[in-house]
Amino acid sequence: MIGTISYLVFFATTASILAIAVLGLNLQWGNTGLFNGGVVAFFGAGAYGTLILGGTPQDGHLGGYGLFYPLALLGGMIAAGLMAWVVGLLTLRLRHDYLAIATFGVAVAFENLMRNAEWLAGGAKGVRGFERPLRDALGDGFLYNIAFFFTVLIILIAVYLFLERLVASPFGRLLRAIREDEEAAASLGKTPSRIRLTAFITGSVILGLAGGLYGTFYAFVSPQDVLPTLTFQIWAMLIVGGAGNNRGAVFGAFLIWGAWTASGWALSRFAPIEAQLYTGSMQFVLIGVVIVGMLMWRPQGLLPERLVVSQRGSKE
Amino acid sequence: MPIWAHRSMPDPLLQVTGVTAGYVPDLPILHGVSLTAERGQITLIIGPNGAGKSTLIKAIAGLIPVSAGRIALEQQDVTHIRPDQLAAHGIAYVPQNDNIFRSLTIRQNLDLALRRAGGDATARRDRLLAQFPALDEKQRDKAGTLSGGQRQFLAIAMALATAPRLILMDEPSAGLSPKATAEVLDHARRLTADGVSILLVEQNVSQAMKLADHCYILAEGRNQVDGPAAELMGDKVVGEIYLGGRRMGAA
Ligand SMILES: Nc1ncnc2c1ncn2[C@@H]1O[C@H](COP(=O)(O)OP(=O)(O)OP(=O)(O)O)[C@@H](O)[C@H]1O
Ligand SMILES: [Mg+2]
Repeated sequence: MIGTISYLVFFATTASILAIAVLGLNLQWGNTGLFNGGVVAFFGAGAYGTLILGGTPQDGHLGGYGLFYPLALLGGMIAAGLMAWVVGLLTLRLRHDYLAIATFGVAVAFENLMRNAEWLAGGAKGVRGFERPLRDALGDGFLYNIAFFFTVLIILIAVYLFLERLVASPFGRLLRAIREDEEAAASLGKTPSRIRLTAFITGSVILGLAGGLYGTFYAFVSPQDVLPTLTFQIWAMLIVGGAGNNRGAVFGAFLIWGAWTASGWALSRFAPIEAQLYTGSMQFVLIGVVIVGMLMWRPQGLLPERLVVSQRGSKE
Repeated sequence: MPIWAHRSMPDPLLQVTGVTAGYVPDLPILHGVSLTAERGQITLIIGPNGAGKSTLIKAIAGLIPVSAGRIALEQQDVTHIRPDQLAAHGIAYVPQNDNIFRSLTIRQNLDLALRRAGGDATARRDRLLAQFPALDEKQRDKAGTLSGGQRQFLAIAMALATAPRLILMDEPSAGLSPKATAEVLDHARRLTADGVSILLVEQNVSQAMKLADHCYILAEGRNQVDGPAAELMGDKVVGEIYLGGRRMGAA
């Protein structure tokens, strides 16, 4: 019994962290139309940033500043935001596809840097020596995990509410206006490139927050955590859930993460021994099929953007 | 500037001189186009399809690169100013298509436009809505639900919200019924009474000529003829070559 609950808590914690990331991507893609092909780089900047800033001193690589945890987490978010700022400044004035290419490149470069620059973040061995906050008070067991889950849940709700307010604010309407017609918005004195940059950085900071929480949860991060796989999964969550809808983003995160874990379990249980080595690849194929199917039959996602639904009578 | 100088010196609001511009490098659509728009007047641009009328408007609005020539607003060079900064210079642009944001309500559209000028936005919104009763009634509806004429009024209201000195209007009557066309054009005329100047592109030549002060005829990216609208309308040669029902009046 406690085993099942314990597993559910573990599952829900991971799904909630991923949901925060999907919300960040939704601000970029769903609300602003910015294609971030390197989600994992910003997530990774948050994870590495948090662990390096908040960890204990380590031999051989940067880190061990032992910062007060919230500051370390904030530092990770700032690292992700700074990276977004640089990438965005270079690409957001150009045509939209450049952003996709640039972010994809940044993610590959980020992973390679983390894998090879041992002095920076421990190379392939990753960043160790991070002590989870409040461990002395809560211990390492079930109690800690419950407490951590609720913390993540509260952060998820806070991020959700923040984004809901943002989308309904004048800034959110401006994002929609720019997505609808950039020239018309510019003629009204709006500066599309600057507004897009703001949205891109904000979304990346949220991705960094998710990464920071992820790193905290495992008290460890390595190049294995910043593979393109994660970008792919987070995109799948957004597409299936419904781009442009924050509720859809959260729903998609839980659904896809559930499907991912369930398919992993089923494959390890029922696939023939010879195929066991390939279960990971088979999971990819399955998720790929889900994405393609979704794009073909319900491209707006399970919970589509609400403004489209409420726009009755606009057809001429 | 002393008042006598103002009188004796020509001091147009907008002066376009020898502008060459296009959408891609080395493929100009406009070849040295010149034009002057006076204060408080409606300056009309007409010409066959593909003449470059919209292109000229976009060049003035800063939306496409100008490779030669000069655009000046009240003597100030605005040739290479970004479109989003032109609003601060007092130029508003009403595009030919897609000139409103459909997924936003009428009020949100207006507020978006009102935000740049600051000041008491609510009072200014109320004043704008008072000018357009049809919009006032539908403030909370999505702009996508408006009729064609109402959409043009909203687009014009949004342009006015930026407190412009000059409004660039690209075929505001496109797709409108004759009645709605007359309403929109009448409204444009009334705006000039309030001191706003208008550079207008129109396909409805006969209607537009009646209310314009000065008219330019463009073809193949070049100036052809220009003059006071009343004179051009009466000119037989011009009438036959450029204003003959078939080529121009059809739309
Ligand atoms: N976005 C674009 N990219 C490249 N060429 C364009 C573009 N828009 C227009 N053109 C070309 O520029 C030329 C002039 O077009 P423009 O739209 O300025 O004509 P117009 O006088 O406004 O015509 P209409 O009466 O049909 O609106 C045309 O040959 C057209 O093919
Ligand atoms: Mg045109």
